[in-house]
Amino acid sequence: MSDQNATPDDADLSRRKFLTVATAGTGAVGAAFTLVPFIASWKPSERARALGAPLEIDVSKLEPGQMITKSWRKQPIYVVRRTPEALAKLGGHDGSLKDPKSEASDQPAYAKNDARSLKPEVLVLYAACTHLGCLPKQFFTVADPAMGADWPGGFFCPCHGSRFDLAGRVFNGSPASANLRVPPHKFESDSMLVIGVDATQGAA
Amino acid sequence: MAASTDTTAGKTGFRAWLNKRLPVDEFVDSQLIGYFAPKNFNLWYFFGSLALLVFVIQILSGIFLTMHYKPSELMAFDSVEYIMREVEWGWLIRYLHSTGASFFFIVVYLHMFRALMYGSYRAPRELLWILGMLLYLALMAEAFMGYVLPWGNMSYWGAQVIVNLFGTIPVIGPGIVEWIRGDYGIADSTLNRFFALHVIAVPFAIAFLIPMHLVALRQTGSNNPDGIEIKAKTGTDGKPLDGIPFHPYYTVKDIFGVGVFLLFFCGVIFFVPTFGGLFLEKPNFEPANALSTPEHIAPVWYFTAFYAMLRAVPDQQMGALLMLLAIVVLFFPPWLDRSPVKSIRYKGWISKVALALFVVAFVALSYLGLQPADGLYVILARIFTAVYFAFFILMPWYTSIEKCKPAPERVSYHA
Repeated sequence: MSDQNATPDDADLSRRKFLTVATAGTGAVGAAFTLVPFIASWKPSERARALGAPLEIDVSKLEPGQMITKSWRKQPIYVVRRTPEALAKLGGHDGSLKDPKSEASDQPAYAKNDARSLKPEVLVLYAACTHLGCLPKQFFTVADPAMGADWPGGFFCPCHGSRFDLAGRVFNGSPASANLRVPPHKFESDSMLVIGVDATQGAA
Repeated sequence: MAASTDTTAGKTGFRAWLNKRLPVDEFVDSQLIGYFAPKNFNLWYFFGSLALLVFVIQILSGIFLTMHYKPSELMAFDSVEYIMREVEWGWLIRYLHSTGASFFFIVVYLHMFRALMYGSYRAPRELLWILGMLLYLALMAEAFMGYVLPWGNMSYWGAQVIVNLFGTIPVIGPGIVEWIRGDYGIADSTLNRFFALHVIAVPFAIAFLIPMHLVALRQTGSNNPDGIEIKAKTGTDGKPLDGIPFHPYYTVKDIFGVGVFLLFFCGVIFFVPTFGGLFLEKPNFEPANALSTPEHIAPVWYFTAFYAMLRAVPDQQMGALLMLLAIVVLFFPPWLDRSPVKSIRYKGWISKVALALFVVAFVALSYLGLQPADGLYVILARIFTAVYFAFFILMPWYTSIEKCKPAPERVSYHA
């Protein structure tokens, strides 16, 4: 056994190569599986998921034209009770919107309508701008001097200048390319709005 | 390179004992004394060693900051204020670290400009350039995550904007964003993992890449302002005629550079630590607030050029892609430059104008990224974005058609 490292003449080199590759391959698969717990540890924890449970909001105290901001899953949610005048104005500027029918935007099926809401007067939106997540500010006054004479009322994002109407639909010329997203929501009763579930699918 | 002779010969006592066991002298002989650097280095050759100095400053000040900082949503902001007001000399340690971040980028940008100017990225130094670019990427990640830690309102919203960039990836984007944050918004889990990455993972990567960068440099040898290879002309002893030992000549020169650098560095720390809101942004003196966006979100100055490009595009996916491309394209000059000479000194006028325009575009974009994104600012950002990319895309064309001066045989000493 003085010459352990030398290859004997009758060695089956292809067999040896196969075993080397098979061993290395098995090791690589094992290493890949070992990555799973480390990568998965970055996902929202059980506690984070529990804290993300649905949120109930009493909308009976909300005056027409008033907006409240709530936080669900760390995401600010806008709830607006729109006035009948504001609702009537929604159809008047489809030509200057990127996605007037919300075809390429993110909302539950029951909010894919002209008012983008379950109940026409109650608008529920994720407050995060669809550009990069800033909070669009409320500019509900029609023809607000800061926004120009043809401004129908809506939201303006101070970060990068995206503009949205009172259904959260984005105007042409904004860096955002989609309408503000609508979270899943339903009405438990006439006044009790629940964010995070919808009537058909259960908890999101 | 000298070295590999018996370095313990003629040595006695502790030095001989030590060198038998650890090749200290051999290392110094081969890496510092035996490393011949071109004789004609100028002012631009200070910034590599200065980058190393700032790295050491950041590691040292960072270690002491972690002794008082609390990486939690509830305590992070207060613990930074505690460092500033109640820890003895805490303000100095923190300002060393925050000013160090900006100075890191200042010296690295000047270092990169030097390489662009003298063609230091050209063969055989392609890998040296790529290792440098990887260091730049690691530095960007390090700076971004470090900026989140004080948990001011700009930390929070900056993190929001940057993490959401990953959401523009088709199909898997939203899942990736949730995975990065570990929650449904920027949260305690995000802060905690950014802390871990900022103080352990990325510094390790940088501390690995720096020696790689230096080993690659020693393999190819330094470029110089004339862009010629000093190894091509050697004396009878086999040493480059235009080279001198790195130690003591350039170590002494670099130490002088350190002295001048520290004058500026300490001047900022003692007199203008926030640098008028450029090094430490004003909204970051308010705690993070998920329900209140700062009126005007802008990253720290060293990212604003890329941020201006992001905002110049009216489509978020395209904007994010363009910003990514602006960084990716920086890897390619070694293969885009077709000039027969390396240094700008001997290139034709088109290359000189192109480099000047590129610098103007980068500075202008950096300024525009700090301004609101409307009207004229957006139009200017689009123009300068086009200039930025044209510098790289047209490089194969303008470097091959222009008339160059012949590079000299030996290095020159003007300027």
